[in-house]
Amino acid sequence: MLNYIIRRLGYMFITLIIVAVLGYVIIELPPGSYVQSEVDRLRQMGGNLTQGQIDSLYRRYGLDKPEYVRFWLWISHFVVGDFGEAFAYNMPVSTLIWSRLGLTLVFSLLSLVFSWVAAIAMGVYSATHRYTIPDYIITVLQFIGLAVPNFLLALVLMVFAQNVFHMQVGGLQSSQFQNAPFSLPKFLDLLNHMWIPIIVIGASGTAWLSRVMRANLLDVLNMQYVQTARAKGLNENVVVWKHAFRNAIHPLIMVLGSSLPGIISGETIVALVLSLPTTGPLYFNALISKDMYLAGAFLVFLAIALLIGNLGADILLAWVDPRIRYE
Amino acid sequence: MAEVATPVPQVPVVEEAVSEVGQISQWSLMRLRFQRNKLAMTGLIGLIIMYFLCFFGPFVSPNEYTLQNTNYIFGSPTQFTFIGPDGHFSLRPYVYSTTTVLDQSTFNFVVKVDKTKKLPVQFFVKGDPYTMLGFIHSDIHLFGVALPQRIYMAGADAIGRDMFARTLVGGQISMTVGLVGVIMSIVFGSILGTISGYYMGLADDVIQRIIEVIMSFPTIPLWAALAAALPPVSESFTALDRYFLITVVLSFVGWTGLARQLRAKVMAYRSADFCQAAIAAGATDSRIIFVHMLPNAASHIIVTGALAVPGMILGETALSFLGLGILPPMVSWGALLKDAQQVSVILQHPWIMLPGVAVVITVLLFCFLGDGVRDAMDPYSI
Repeated sequence: MLNYIIRRLGYMFITLIIVAVLGYVIIELPPGSYVQSEVDRLRQMGGNLTQGQIDSLYRRYGLDKPEYVRFWLWISHFVVGDFGEAFAYNMPVSTLIWSRLGLTLVFSLLSLVFSWVAAIAMGVYSATHRYTIPDYIITVLQFIGLAVPNFLLALVLMVFAQNVFHMQVGGLQSSQFQNAPFSLPKFLDLLNHMWIPIIVIGASGTAWLSRVMRANLLDVLNMQYVQTARAKGLNENVVVWKHAFRNAIHPLIMVLGSSLPGIISGETIVALVLSLPTTGPLYFNALISKDMYLAGAFLVFLAIALLIGNLGADILLAWVDPRIRYE
Repeated sequence: MAEVATPVPQVPVVEEAVSEVGQISQWSLMRLRFQRNKLAMTGLIGLIIMYFLCFFGPFVSPNEYTLQNTNYIFGSPTQFTFIGPDGHFSLRPYVYSTTTVLDQSTFNFVVKVDKTKKLPVQFFVKGDPYTMLGFIHSDIHLFGVALPQRIYMAGADAIGRDMFARTLVGGQISMTVGLVGVIMSIVFGSILGTISGYYMGLADDVIQRIIEVIMSFPTIPLWAALAAALPPVSESFTALDRYFLITVVLSFVGWTGLARQLRAKVMAYRSADFCQAAIAAGATDSRIIFVHMLPNAASHIIVTGALAVPGMILGETALSFLGLGILPPMVSWGALLKDAQQVSVILQHPWIMLPGVAVVITVLLFCFLGDGVRDAMDPYSI
């Protein structure tokens, strides 16, 4: 097992280096640098910049050096926690990034837990109650979950919550709690703001996973050993949960790794619609205003979060399935 | 797995043992299986109707999609009635006449419906001039009323443009972006996946690492970063260029999954008897790949492609919604939904969500179609 983890970490390290290179390429990709647009802005305001001033601006951000030197500068600063300057906010990227990344991870993890619990419950129920009305309802819900883009689902739920429950949706806190010290009502208010994003982010994952779960369980329920278990006179609950379910959950753990990108990318776009203080709004704004150091740092960190998640999924799979360990 | 050994000429085919089903070719067997699936046929027919509506959108919709009617800002959908001016039921629908007046208390222009004046809906009526499919110039619309009155099937947007017409025209981009993106993913994925599985060694390692890196980025943020690098539409960079590059961006991520699956297939075929026989007979690499491997993998490629279309459509919609994909004045469903970001706007003018409804319907139909294609091609899978 330890051997497997070490080998897996080695692969991850190689991938990490290439991710950093690709992240840098993406930072450099857009035509025209932020400095150029800054120069244009200063010129428009009437200030006539001399060539010397422009050059000093370029030198300040190291734009006069060749590509590989700049990559080295960027990556060597990146490892020690200096991610460059967020031009539009006029402050270091590192001060902007941590709290937002943390919140993104919190939302992603909670959505993951939600989608798994909901998917297993729905999948098992619809497999054991095949061709009943609740099964058809679940099938319809699954198709909706797959077909409705999550930002649209967020919008619809917001309209619904505002119209029917007269709830103020969006953000993390109601305005009256914004600056209040920590208390129980404030915490409850926070929870009240968190359930809609969690459902919305988890929806498409739930739909997909529950379809996988249903199909797997149906397969296993047709096996002879399940019939044997029933013939022995075991309780149906024991048959389903102890004999069938354990063998049907395996493919679900296998797709855990591949369901993570969907959740993290769903989180970024839903956060924008619901104006949550996570990476999403900042990241997309940075892209639109070509604030590339900020965007690049976010992208690389999202990729790192994903790599760690994949590592966790692989270790979990190796733990469940010994065949993988000894491959 | 539908593994069919390609017939080797030397072996005589046993004619009499072939059953009724065996007389039908593999492909027509798949077609039959597909036609029996009601949900899949719904998807196919529904999509054909949707494509038809979108590409003949300028003719189907009563107004031109860029026409700004300042008298009808955020105007609501036109009401229809089948009771004629004489008070009797008629097959020809009528619409009420509308006027725009200034509300003296709020100083907003409001649209007043005059319930007493009914106008007959005419078919094949002369209206705004338009260009359809790039070469048909006409001013005949499928239906409409006599100008200056206009029919708004789905209301108007913030500057008085017909939402129905805009949704149809936006579909031209939204409904093709997925197809073009999938075709490109198939081309990239097939080439790289086959190389990776057939030649193995260093090429395989490099390609697998690249796939791993691309897959380790969350999809939408990566798409957004790539799309942000595209220049804005200008003299030297036409709208068509941007459309094409957006599909390239979408398929940049899309090819990885197919390449992985194809690599596994090709590796399995390599050790299969029919490939070993071909190698022993001295067939060239290209003959083995194109004659023996790809035809066997064809059904798999088509299934993967069909199931990938919805994701691409949703991807384009999300990108354009963020303001990074298709940009105005081009219209796509995502770009139209960009106007529907505020809850208050949606609450007052729910019809601006029409492009969202179109996205959901299209994706659902593609899901039905994709599932049907998979079931028809691969009868042993679940």
